[in-house]
This record gives sequence, structure tokens and C-alpha cells, in this order.
Amino acid sequence: MIIADKKPIQEIIDQVKNYERILVLGCNECVTVCEAGGKKEVEVLASVLRMHFLKEGQERKIHERTLERQCDHEYLEEIRDVVDQYDAVLSLACGVGVQFTAEKYLTTPVLPGVNTCFLGANEQRGMWTERCQACGECVLGKTAGICPISRCAKRIMNGPCGGSTKGKCEINAELDCAWQLIIDRLKALGRMEDYEIVAPIKDWSTERAGGPRKVVREDVQV
Amino acid sequence: MSLNTPSRLEKILKQGNLAVTSECGPPRGSDPAAVTSKGALIKDHVDAVNITDNQTSTTRMSSLAACIHLKQMGIEPVLQMVTRDRNRIALQSDILGAASFDIHNMLCLSGDHQSFGDCAQGQNVHDLDSMQLIQTVRLMRDEGKFLGGDNINRPPKMFVGAAANPFADPFEIRVPRLAKKVACGVEFIQTQCIYNLDKFERWMEGVRERGLDEKVFIMAGMTPMKSAGMAKFMKNRVPGMDVPDEVINRLSGVPKDKQAQEGIDICVEAIERLRECKGVAGFHIMAIEWEEKVPEIVERSGLYPRPQV
Repeated sequence: MIIADKKPIQEIIDQVKNYERILVLGCNECVTVCEAGGKKEVEVLASVLRMHFLKEGQERKIHERTLERQCDHEYLEEIRDVVDQYDAVLSLACGVGVQFTAEKYLTTPVLPGVNTCFLGANEQRGMWTERCQACGECVLGKTAGICPISRCAKRIMNGPCGGSTKGKCEINAELDCAWQLIIDRLKALGRMEDYEIVAPIKDWSTERAGGPRKVVREDVQV
Repeated sequence: MSLNTPSRLEKILKQGNLAVTSECGPPRGSDPAAVTSKGALIKDHVDAVNITDNQTSTTRMSSLAACIHLKQMGIEPVLQMVTRDRNRIALQSDILGAASFDIHNMLCLSGDHQSFGDCAQGQNVHDLDSMQLIQTVRLMRDEGKFLGGDNINRPPKMFVGAAANPFADPFEIRVPRLAKKVACGVEFIQTQCIYNLDKFERWMEGVRERGLDEKVFIMAGMTPMKSAGMAKFMKNRVPGMDVPDEVINRLSGVPKDKQAQEGIDICVEAIERLRECKGVAGFHIMAIEWEEKVPEIVERSGLYPRPQV
């Protein structure tokens, strides 16, 4: 899923301080699971903002709403009738949701309430870690199910580099060396001979480098 | 003896001599004297001099420019190129630029992560990795082709090197990793600094078992310690470095003003031992900001005078 993290409250206040009527808009998908932008976080953030402005002697209209998804036209339509009642929408969705909401409601400022971080997983309570950089051409079949692009600090396709120490990365002693993990798993799979297959130069045009990407699936188009 | 390039280093190695290289770190400024004065210190005692490429990710004069300064004073440079800062367009372009100055050696590296240096907030590139850079330069030289398939007018004549770290983890893939680099076309290797001689010799055993020493020239990396403090720093803070306690204890066991000499002695003794190690084709002496000691090390190790080829 998409992992997001909370923005510093002061940054949020700075963004919304010039607006009287604010809709704090959550999303029921990834940001709910990673506890950054779901119904619960919408409630907390709205309360914090109300308290802040009250303390400043200002009364603001701050409402709460959480949609099933902000990356889907159907659910974004649910606020069409009310969106004009607000001077700004503070979206706690990922960057996709913020943009999709902004595209739909052209004349309403839509502000990001979280920092969208990466594609990752919930490794343990309160900790999420990266697993994928959406390069558009998955190599996991060749790397024992561990991604060197998202998990190696140098995205080395033929690793490990000389900085791998006791299974950890040179940039951080708490970070697993992706290539150590790949080697460990190749061993577990009885496929160590695959280590010596040289990964060819990667075509990065399916990644960010190729420009904004699009998937078109005629089989599911109506 | 068939030579692939006009490189003097290649010739010396292929004639069966123990080759000696050293390195100069370019300055954090634009004064060419910072390069040429270091070059002058070691000129007659080494066969070629590596110029590091923004080592430890700290911004410096470009490796290529510094190589040209050395070349113009009659020193054979080894152009170090990391894949951290340039994509395949820039790498190929710089290889051609170097070739236009008849620079005939390069060392293909991935480079330290940028978080170690003065631009920790910068991007890294890693469009290619070090093995793929080896393949790229071999393609350019041997096939006369760019990665994109077009022909190169006057292809670069590079003798292609890479690094190997026998001490990084996991140890068991350190020989297979060298085999991969050999499969990619590497012709010489300069290793990480060696302090743990037993472990290096174990690695070389594995190298010989697979016959890799017949396919690639392995130059043992040597860095003399200036002090016990430096040895401790290298042990604890430099990734992929293996400094046994006995080295630290030996340096700590002499007064501070004698530690530098002790460091040189340790280095000379290591070279004397490793020159007997089958498969070691030469020494890469990296005296970091201590270039003036290279002649002493080379002479005391019996590696002087250098062969004239």
C-alpha cells in the first residue's frame, strides 16, 4: 500500500490559516491502514486545528469527512454538493488523492495534510518500510523476491556493494543490506548458482525517468 | 603477449611484472598544483596513478580534469568513475573525453552513498551499476559501439579495472562476485585496503580455485596507517573495512610520534608477505594525503626501480 506520514502541525496551520471554512477530508484506503489520514486522524487533526484557532481567538468552521477513496471519481462525487461551502479542502489522502480531488474541484484550494512516503508494508506496529518503487518492470523473479531497486540505497542490480557489513547497509547500521537478503533467500531456495547471472542494464524508461506513466487496459475498458 | 590497449599498466602486468599504482585525491578547489604536486612526489615510483572520483561523496575537482593534469606531466592516470553521479549518457561521454586525451585506464565503481558527503540531500543516479559500467566500456572499446548501438568514431582504448572488497559481507559471495566482474570483462582489480592478511589469503585461495587469477590481474590494496587513531577509525567507521585488533595494538604499543613509522613498517611487511601470494599481480598503494611516503614504501618493499616499458 501507499505509506504516508503526518505533516508537522505548524506546516498544516501555515497552509490553512487564511481560510475560514475548511473541510478536513480523509480517505478510507491506504492512509487509514497506515494511520495517517483515515477517519480517526481526520477527527484528531480537526480538533487540533479548532483548538489552535480558538486559542488565537478565532472561530473557524472546520468540518470532517472521510471518503471511501479519493483516487476514484465515484467517491469524490459524494462531496460535490457541499464542496462550495468551504474555502479550502485539507486532504489527508496520499498525493494521488490530493491531486484527484484538486482536479475535480477546480476552484477550491486542495491542500496536502500528509507527506506521501512510499509503497510499503506494515512491518510491525507503528513501523512501515518500503518495498517497491513502481519501476514498471518487475525483477523480483530474478532477485529471490527481494527488490534491489527499492531496498538497496544505490539500487544496485548486481550487488552487494563493498559497503555491506554484517548484513547491514553502509548508510545505516539498522538498515538491512538488500543483497544480503537476496543471497540469504537464494540459499534458502537452493538457487545460489543464480547469483552469478549478471543482471543486464535496466530499461528505466518504464520508471519515473520515462515521464508520467499510464496503464491502458482495453480488456477492462467500457 | 597481446595487448588490448596502449596502457602502460596493461603492458607491465602482461609482461609479468608486479605492477605498482597509487592514488591522488583531487582538491576541493581548482588549483591544478594540488594535483601536480602530489603527482610529482610519486611519479618515478609507480606505474600509474588513480584519480578518485568525488571520493566519500565529497565534491572535488573532477577526476577527468585531474587525470589530464597528470597526463600532461607524463604520469599515466587511472580514471576512476563512479555510477553515483552520472547516467549512461554522461558516463559514455566522459569515457570519450578521457580517450580524447589518450587516457588508457579506468576503474569502474559504484561509489559511496551520497549521505557520507557534503551533498547528503542530493539525488543519486545509479543508472548503471559498476558491473554494467565494465560491460559498457568493453562494448565501447571492443565493438566500437555506444550502448544505443551506434558506431563510435575512434573508440576509447581503455584498460578496464574494478574494485573488489574481500572483506565486505557476506564473505562467501566475494569470490563469485569477482567471477561476475570477470564475466563482465574486467581486466584488472584493485582491492580494498588489506589489513587482515589471513582473510585476504583465504579469499585468494578461492580466487585461484576458480582460476580467476588467470583471467584478471589482482592488485592488492595497501593503505599505511598514520596512527592508532586512524586504525580505530578505519575499523569502526569505514564500511567494509577489516582492521584486526593486532594492527591497532601494534600501533598503540609505540609512542605517538613513532606510530606513523610503525604504520609504514606494517605496510611494507604486508607487501613483502603478499607478493609471495600466488595470483597477486601488483600493489595499489593508497597513502591518503600522505603521498610523500609512497616512494619509501615502494623502495623498502623491493619494488623499485619500476620497469621501463
